Amino acid sequence: MHSLALAADDEGGFAPPTISETHLPEIFPWMAEWGSGFGKNMLMVVLAVLAIWWFFSFAIRKQALVPSRLQFVAEGGYAFARNTLGRDILGEKHFKPWVPFLFTVFFFVLFNNLFGAIPFLQMPTFSHAGSAYAIAAIIWVTWIFMGFKLHGGRFLKLMTVPSGVPKWLLPLLIPIEFLSNFLIRPLTHSLRIMAVMLAGHIIVMLAGSGAEFLIAQQEGIGNASLGVLILLGSIPLYFLEIIMMVLQAFVFALLTAIYIQGSIEADAH
Amino acid sequence: MISTSLIQAAAEDANPLVPNLWETLVVILGFLVLLFVVVKFIAPAFEKAYQDRRNAIEGGLSQAEEAKAEAEAMKAEYEQNLADSRAEASRIREEARAEGAQIVAEHKEKAAAEAARITEQAQQQIAAERQQAAVTLRQDVGTLATQLASRIVGEALEDDARSQRVVDRFLADLDAEQSNRTGAAQ
Repeated sequence: MHSLALAADDEGGFAPPTISETHLPEIFPWMAEWGSGFGKNMLMVVLAVLAIWWFFSFAIRKQALVPSRLQFVAEGGYAFARNTLGRDILGEKHFKPWVPFLFTVFFFVLFNNLFGAIPFLQMPTFSHAGSAYAIAAIIWVTWIFMGFKLHGGRFLKLMTVPSGVPKWLLPLLIPIEFLSNFLIRPLTHSLRIMAVMLAGHIIVMLAGSGAEFLIAQQEGIGNASLGVLILLGSIPLYFLEIIMMVLQAFVFALLTAIYIQGSIEADAH
Repeated sequence: MISTSLIQAAAEDANPLVPNLWETLVVILGFLVLLFVVVKFIAPAFEKAYQDRRNAIEGGLSQAEEAKAEAEAMKAEYEQNLADSRAEASRIREEARAEGAQIVAEHKEKAAAEAARITEQAQQQIAAERQQAAVTLRQDVGTLATQLASRIVGEALEDDARSQRVVDRFLADLDAEQSNRTGAAQ
């Protein structure tokens, strides 16, 4: 819609959609004077929370010994968070209390990512840096908190001083380790998902607006058929995007589990 | 419709790395709400379903185990009973055989005793009859001999006393002759 408006106003040449257009206008203009108000992004976060809540509560409502199909699927999802993310990485001893956290991280990210593949929603929440920073910050705070809680002040040393390294290298290594563990890690954690989701989102936007421009606004059969080709080409891209969405949710949750494992067993490394 | 100027104004500060703080806040809140829900309701429900199923399966297995043990106990008991009754039967048979043998032996003994009794009786009777026959014979022989002698000698020998003496003497001779003969035979 916006690209249509933009292109029509410019009279002629194709104006590609810009990054700004991934930030959609407010749905409800509350608090608009302080910022963005209640935008689509926030609506989707609420939607994701409600969808996950409803789906898993509904699926497990009977707690049947012989599960229905829906319950089987939901149990598969829970078992994935429990066993693959939790038990396999955190270990048999520690994983139990972390299962809800890992489950929440994985499905929160997954549902929000998959919004990018649903028509009309068509936007992954984490393609916005604000969302990605938020979820990465939660995990960053969690693993640092756990580290200090379990190991006290030693945690800082465990995380920054690598064992078995010559002493003269330490002045060099300690700042590097500190940067990499405490500052770069949350950034990469958040930017990885943000970049992938944003790229996918931009591809969808570009394909959509480009095809629309070629078919509806340019003259000639050549341009129109090119537009159709672009639309056809966007179909495999769409499925590729779905794979990326699932994969990124998995990677994000997996890294979460690995970071938490690192803080629980900091002295084992 | 959104005017171009508005979009372009927005485009000026369109850095994808700059967060919208409100979004950040909403995501954090949303995550925390979801985490609360998961910790409070969803994870316990799934864990409970998992545990219930596990218990049901393990319970089924242990029940089967119990039933098997019970069946084995019953089988052992049955076999024990069978062996007992076999032993009992053979014992009874043995007893019956012994009893039968005893009965047969008793009967044999009784029969032998009876036979002996009968034999003895018969011998006594024979002896008595022989005695009687001997007595009778003695009288008859005396009478006959007397008659014969009187026929031969005539009326002279009518006197009883004399004839009795003659007969006795004659019989005594006969007895002596007899006993001499048996003594020689022995």
